[in-house]
Amino acid sequence: MNPKRKQRLIIVLFIVFGCATAIGLVLVALNENINLFYSPTQIAAGEAPVDARIRAGGMVVEGSVKRNSKTLQVDFQITDFAEKVTMSYVGILPDLFAEGQGIVALGRLNADGVFVADEVLAKHDENYMPPEVAEALEKSGKTKDSMSPAPAY
Amino acid sequence: MWSFFHKLGSPRWFYDIGGKWLPWFALAAGILLVTGAVWGLLYAPADYLQGNSYRIIFVHVPAAFLAQSIFMMMAVSGAVGLIWKMKLADMFLKAVAPVGASFTFLALFTGAVWGKPTWGTWWVWDARLTSMLILLFLYFGVMALQAAIEDANVAAKACAVLALVGLVNIPIIKYSVDWWNTLHQPASLKLTEKPTMHPDMLIPLLIMIVGFYCFFAAISIMRTRNEILEREKRTAWVKALVQTGGRNA
Repeated sequence: MNPKRKQRLIIVLFIVFGCATAIGLVLVALNENINLFYSPTQIAAGEAPVDARIRAGGMVVEGSVKRNSKTLQVDFQITDFAEKVTMSYVGILPDLFAEGQGIVALGRLNADGVFVADEVLAKHDENYMPPEVAEALEKSGKTKDSMSPAPAY
Repeated sequence: MWSFFHKLGSPRWFYDIGGKWLPWFALAAGILLVTGAVWGLLYAPADYLQGNSYRIIFVHVPAAFLAQSIFMMMAVSGAVGLIWKMKLADMFLKAVAPVGASFTFLALFTGAVWGKPTWGTWWVWDARLTSMLILLFLYFGVMALQAAIEDANVAAKACAVLALVGLVNIPIIKYSVDWWNTLHQPASLKLTEKPTMHPDMLIPLLIMIVGFYCFFAAISIMRTRNEILEREKRTAWVKALVQTGGRNA
């Protein structure tokens, strides 16, 4: 390679790696702010601000969903398998909302530690399969998560 | 290898060889896209959780793959253009930018349409969606620079630098779902691990992905050839080509 091209190659590499380093440092510095939601562990540890609009995400605890028979009020708990957060929501839940499913809620944490949500979004995982396969997996005692290495909430 | 590389740098050679490859890519794209779409939309089983609404994956994933691949190709050709002063690399970069922007828009749009019934929202400012939106703006930036600068060589240089700088965004898009908490789920298709998708759904998806790449190959050859004619219009071979009515004499 002639010296002129070599010099230009070095400049190009400098642009790419220089930018990558700069952006990388910024992202590391902003790490916490880029997360879309707080996990129940973070909320239990007091990392989430009280009375500010935040998002909290986790898996809906099995058997924790209590619906009010007269209004659209729903109370449930979410977990990251370490801590639990109680949530209260008034409104229509997305179709994918179910016990054992991941959700992300937007709302405020009140003084009693209850998360009052005004928007609930459903999260789904990266597993796709026909219903028969899901049923067969359930029957054999394996969860769908056995297909993926990490719990998908 | 170097002789092939230098030949590739010749717009005239690319014009000829591209013209020969074009129909084959177009044919492959047509067959694969029709097969993949019919298989995916009509014959692939419904998902256990999302029912039929997951089927938009057959457009969403290939579009998102291409949106990122095209940007990487632009960065590589930008580097080649800067280092070897290869005109063809500049022309390719200019020709594919709007194509990449279209695929990025398609990925964002199908993602929003998919998000509404499954997540419950069209849009959320999570790391994956936001970094993809930044990619769209990077494409717009390249197109705007190209349009704003009169001199073709200066424009090419500016666009190449922007493409190289924007390259940083690609790993951010890819790993955003692993590095941060996002609403978007992690990838189903990975190079190193078993895909987390049932084979009955995976095969039509792979067909669609290959089909999209062939479609892109055909479109990019067409657009690059147009760009070559535009930029080389003063050369003897283009004049001769025009006189023979466009047939390769």
